[in-house]
Amino acid sequence: MALLQVDNLSISFGGLRAVDDFNLTIEKGELYGLIGPNGAGKTTVFNLLTGVYQPNEGLITLDGQNITGKSTIEINQCGIARTFQNIRLFKDLSVIDNVKVGLHNQYHYSFMDTMLRTGKYRRTEKEITEKACALLEVFGLQDEKDFLSSNLPYGKQRKLEIARALATNPKLLLLDEPAAGMNPNETGELMDTIAFVRKNFDMTILLIEHDMKLVSGICEKLTVLNFGRVLCQGKTSDVLNNPEVITAYLGE
Amino acid sequence: MLKKLSKTSRRDYITYGIVIAFYLIVQLFKVTGLLSSHMEGLLVPLTYYSLAAVSLNLTVGILGELSLGHAGFMCIGAFSASLFSVYTKGLLPGGLRFFIALLIGTILAAIFGFLIGIPVLRLKGDYLAIVTLAFGEIIKNILAAVYFGYDEAGLHISFKSFQLQGEGKMLINGAMGIQGTPTDSNFTIAVILLLLALVIIQHLIGSRDGRAIMSIRDNRIAAESVGINITKYKMLAFTISAAIAGSAGVLFSHNTSTLTATSTYFGYNVSIMILVYVVLGGIGNIRGSIIATTILYALPELLRGLNTYRMLIYSIVLIAIMLFNWAPKAIEWRKKNLSSIKGRFAK
Repeated sequence: MALLQVDNLSISFGGLRAVDDFNLTIEKGELYGLIGPNGAGKTTVFNLLTGVYQPNEGLITLDGQNITGKSTIEINQCGIARTFQNIRLFKDLSVIDNVKVGLHNQYHYSFMDTMLRTGKYRRTEKEITEKACALLEVFGLQDEKDFLSSNLPYGKQRKLEIARALATNPKLLLLDEPAAGMNPNETGELMDTIAFVRKNFDMTILLIEHDMKLVSGICEKLTVLNFGRVLCQGKTSDVLNNPEVITAYLGE
Repeated sequence: MLKKLSKTSRRDYITYGIVIAFYLIVQLFKVTGLLSSHMEGLLVPLTYYSLAAVSLNLTVGILGELSLGHAGFMCIGAFSASLFSVYTKGLLPGGLRFFIALLIGTILAAIFGFLIGIPVLRLKGDYLAIVTLAFGEIIKNILAAVYFGYDEAGLHISFKSFQLQGEGKMLINGAMGIQGTPTDSNFTIAVILLLLALVIIQHLIGSRDGRAIMSIRDNRIAAESVGINITKYKMLAFTISAAIAGSAGVLFSHNTSTLTATSTYFGYNVSIMILVYVVLGGIGNIRGSIIATTILYALPELLRGLNTYRMLIYSIVLIAIMLFNWAPKAIEWRKKNLSSIKGRFAK
């Protein structure tokens, strides 16, 4: 059974059908790419998948569970985590606290434990810190853990955002233009990071990207969106050689 | 020992240390007779404004929402606690009476904070500020107009003046407010309360709840995307903040025998004055709020001798503190110089 199954998803804003009859199937462990020209509705698809928008029609199934119409928070608990096109870190929190916020729903202690700083509080906080440090180490951010997250260089902010998303322990990771604004070196490093995450966290990843080098380099399957509709779907090499895709997006 | 503590808990202990040191110095001055009775009278107000500033900083600095209605929560705490104390005067011993009054004032302010928070926290930025301001004014004006008393026929409440029959007592007498609240609060109790509030707030900041609250402040959408329950944590922070403001009101009402809901004590200008303390002490900097309150509250009083120039100097100090706290060059200078001082201490 597919990890993510999207059937006939549609949403309109006023008279504009931003996403129209969108279908997508992602198997567990796949690295899937969503591409298309600007304004094609890629980020809208992400917002639909994460419950930011509620679809007008359609069905979203994650791991056999219907998540259509659920709130962002519930969907995150069901197992979808995301990053944002324009980085959204908690900029006045330290790097490690950003990850700790991601771990929020996995470690619990009561309000009384907080106020009295009980043994349970200290034990749990210690576990949280250890877990957060381990995650930061994966992304090579352990030396900057006490920095304010807004003071990190751009590439590391992107990494931190991925680390924070992974901290919520998702089944599916959505990356919205992870390579935006990166130079070729940073993009190369990012490709390694994504491959590493996929392997070590056993993660299924859906990403939006304009950088064709990254897309052709790591994605196994692609869906091309154009004007809110699926233009083409399938294996990366097939899709990228499809004449329609070349006319609509890639250019002759 | 300090080495072993984490950075955050060290920061917490320094804050407690400053408050306790200030308390001890004041006690020393008192014993040696250096403290004039005028200055002594300022100590409790100083502490309850500190409490109010700390509580507002939880809303403004940690939750990141601008509330201009904190004087309203103080007003609720003050009136409810005062009512209880006046009613039970002679029935309960002073200490116990004040303790229960404190609980009542704090809890009632928390309840109002919760109820007002439900509609208000749906708003953002300027809108939230204006609506909280309105709620503060509504509370003040209602309490300034209400008549509340009891007699043989039972409890009476009205917006019009009325006559009591037989044995009875007017508890809230309209614009005259509550008369004869026992002066149960003193500087020691006030400082204990301030320390308690500091413990609550700093423990909150250092917990998963506190991180959730701050994550909402920094980026609501991202916080939601990692599964933070926005409404719950906004309400939590706002309610605790209102409760602490309420306890400040309890101290206020038990420091004077006459309690009136006038603009001088509970108007929006008081909320803004507290906001000035918070902003100048550093938004999100709990310790800074206390220091700024102490300086800015004591200053006009200390300058009484200079009479005419008093408010002029006060304004200059406001600007100077603002520059010291927020100007980029000043921050740079402070970082460089203070860290070298800290470095010397560490050795």
